[in-house]
Amino acid sequence: MRIQISGARLLDPASQLDQVCDIFIEGGKIAALGDKPAGFSVEQLIEARDLIAVPGLVDINASLREPGYGRKGNIASETRAAAAGGVTSLCCTPFTKPVLDTPAVAELILDQARDHGAARVYPLGAFTQGLAGDNLAELVTLRDAGCVAFTNGLVPFASNRLLRHALEYAATFDLTVIFQPQDPELAEGGIAHEGAAASFRGLSGIPETAETVALSRDLLLVEQSGVRAHFSQITTARGAKLIAKAQQRGLPVTADVAMYQLILTDEALLDFSSLYHVQPPLRSLADREGLRQAVRDGVISAIASHHQPHEADAKQDPFAATEPGISSIELMLPLAMSLVQEGVLDLPSAIQRLTSGPAQAMRLNAGSLSVGARADLVLFDSNGQTLVGDNWQSKGSNCPFIGHCLPGRVRYTMLNGRISFKQG
Amino acid sequence: MTPACPLQLNDHGRLRHFLSLDGLPRELLTEILDTADSFLEVGARAVKKVPLMRGMTVCNVFFENSTRTRTTFELAAKRLSADVITLNVSTSSTSKGETLTDTLRTLEAMAADMFVMRHADSGAAHFVAEHVSPNVAIINGGDGRHAHPTQGMLDMLTIRRHKGDFSQLKVAIVGDILHSRVARSNMIALKTLGCPDIRVIAPKTLLPIGLEQYGVNVYHNIDQGLKDVDVIIMLRLQRERMRSGLLPSESEFYRLFGLSEQRLALAHPEAIVMHPGPINRGVEIDSSVADSPRAMILNQVTYGIAVRMAVLSMTMSGQNEQRHLDAEKAMQQEAR
Repeated sequence: MRIQISGARLLDPASQLDQVCDIFIEGGKIAALGDKPAGFSVEQLIEARDLIAVPGLVDINASLREPGYGRKGNIASETRAAAAGGVTSLCCTPFTKPVLDTPAVAELILDQARDHGAARVYPLGAFTQGLAGDNLAELVTLRDAGCVAFTNGLVPFASNRLLRHALEYAATFDLTVIFQPQDPELAEGGIAHEGAAASFRGLSGIPETAETVALSRDLLLVEQSGVRAHFSQITTARGAKLIAKAQQRGLPVTADVAMYQLILTDEALLDFSSLYHVQPPLRSLADREGLRQAVRDGVISAIASHHQPHEADAKQDPFAATEPGISSIELMLPLAMSLVQEGVLDLPSAIQRLTSGPAQAMRLNAGSLSVGARADLVLFDSNGQTLVGDNWQSKGSNCPFIGHCLPGRVRYTMLNGRISFKQG
Repeated sequence: MTPACPLQLNDHGRLRHFLSLDGLPRELLTEILDTADSFLEVGARAVKKVPLMRGMTVCNVFFENSTRTRTTFELAAKRLSADVITLNVSTSSTSKGETLTDTLRTLEAMAADMFVMRHADSGAAHFVAEHVSPNVAIINGGDGRHAHPTQGMLDMLTIRRHKGDFSQLKVAIVGDILHSRVARSNMIALKTLGCPDIRVIAPKTLLPIGLEQYGVNVYHNIDQGLKDVDVIIMLRLQRERMRSGLLPSESEFYRLFGLSEQRLALAHPEAIVMHPGPINRGVEIDSSVADSPRAMILNQVTYGIAVRMAVLSMTMSGQNEQRHLDAEKAMQQEAR
């Protein structure tokens, strides 16, 4: 299929392009930008005047819930949601049932994604068998089966000694490891950020130090082992500062933040709505400021959805008894546009943190629209609006933004030169 | 500090649930106290019943153990002529795997008009009022660490009856503030009623973060904190606080924060001593203080019945009013 996208503003931070130019696609790849190549006969013309074309978004942390949690979501439903949010590549978490700690599960996910997926899926492997925190998973075998990085999520290692060995083993093979720093003992029993909002509501707190204590330890072990490390879902301003200092020291560490952490704060707890129950928790306004600054500075180079769809029952209980998580992947582009509209980020930076930033952190061949690259892209209307909940794709409607009107509207998402999502 | 909680008020600003004192205006709190005062007379009569809730069914649903709160709620409802059933859910359906939602919907199907609910999770009463049974009046009998609003109001009644005008008072709350829903409700009520000097006295391990937002003065030294106060509210200290490393021992706590006669002498000569009960003699309070005429601990129980009668009857009438308003609205819409 030969496609011409005509009249769009092409914005590709990775190749520092920002200009109105036509895009020519052939064989699922970008064939040319600007002038039509000789002999290119257009089979499909997409009229995109007034639309912005950016690389397809790269989301490096999304839970697709397959295998094992079909009530919450599956690869087909959640990649459709991804496409609706402008996402064309995503890393799925290993918190499945069974856990993604064997090549068989990785293959199952990749097969499902190939047959039913509306986005490119890169599995994250479990760092330890069964995510139990003691015995290492077969990391190299998992890498060969397609896992791009390894994480234990919020589950701690049984000891610092085991963690150190795990990092050294991963470093031997130049594998990327992902930390979600949270000290389990400091966080124990907590369900919300330890601050005035939680105190006032009688919700037990998770202190800032739960993150910073674990993060400090992790950084020291990363330095010692020389492993390639990514810190996922930083929630505190001090945590972001620790990352910045490590980067200044020359440590090869990257970091991401959940999109919703850049928007929501613990003030949202006031009416006990379980839609705001997330782990790690929504932090204070000052933390949100610190995170926004770190994203602006590039200390945090990726914004991820941390998409966690749930069935309705999972949120139907008093706050503490509900399951944490927000279904958010299909709002990635509109939420990014709300940050742009609010002046938190300029548009090129926002797009960079959603495309080449995360792609580099996970070493994915994605996030750019240069000639020869795969034709994964989004066409969106920056003056349009998204009424959240309208034509909702995710199986999880556990999203506090439902009913809100967000700026920006995804018009087309293209995966490999094929339209994976389209709306008027 | 926080927005009013419209969930517990009807369209005319009257109570339709009673979930928290947060966001309730001073006039409403004063009205509860005035109403409770009038019910105190009922309790003193030979025939202790008034017909305000005749034909109504009140379900006491206690997911956590309680003796005095449950019993005084029961008595309050009976003195209002309501039919009362009490369920200790901790020992029945939830152990069979039934969810909170299903338990309450089952009771709702039995045409209960009001639930008095106690639950270990903060926000449980809000959850029920918002998502499970919005047309049943929900009375919060204590939710986690969050709120115990009827205890808060009975403490206010005790203070008003024995000390009068809140605007002249110094009130100290001593002990485990962190885990106490009573302390949270009391701080809000005192603030709303205009108490100018609210003191909390505790070690840092028993104080919630961000306490300044309640507009209270924090003391770590009880001798300084009790100086010239008019009211001392002691809180119960639970054994598990020692196990989680918040305190070294009961005896050190008593040495540093226990209320002895010598310490009571630092307060105003006519200061009163309160405690939500059950008391731990020799842990937070000395027997000689607990048994002295300055102690209001048993008066609090008596006032508790009157306050709960006031809250039940006011909430029931606000809930009924809202039902009429909704019915009118529906009729108007149909007419259109």
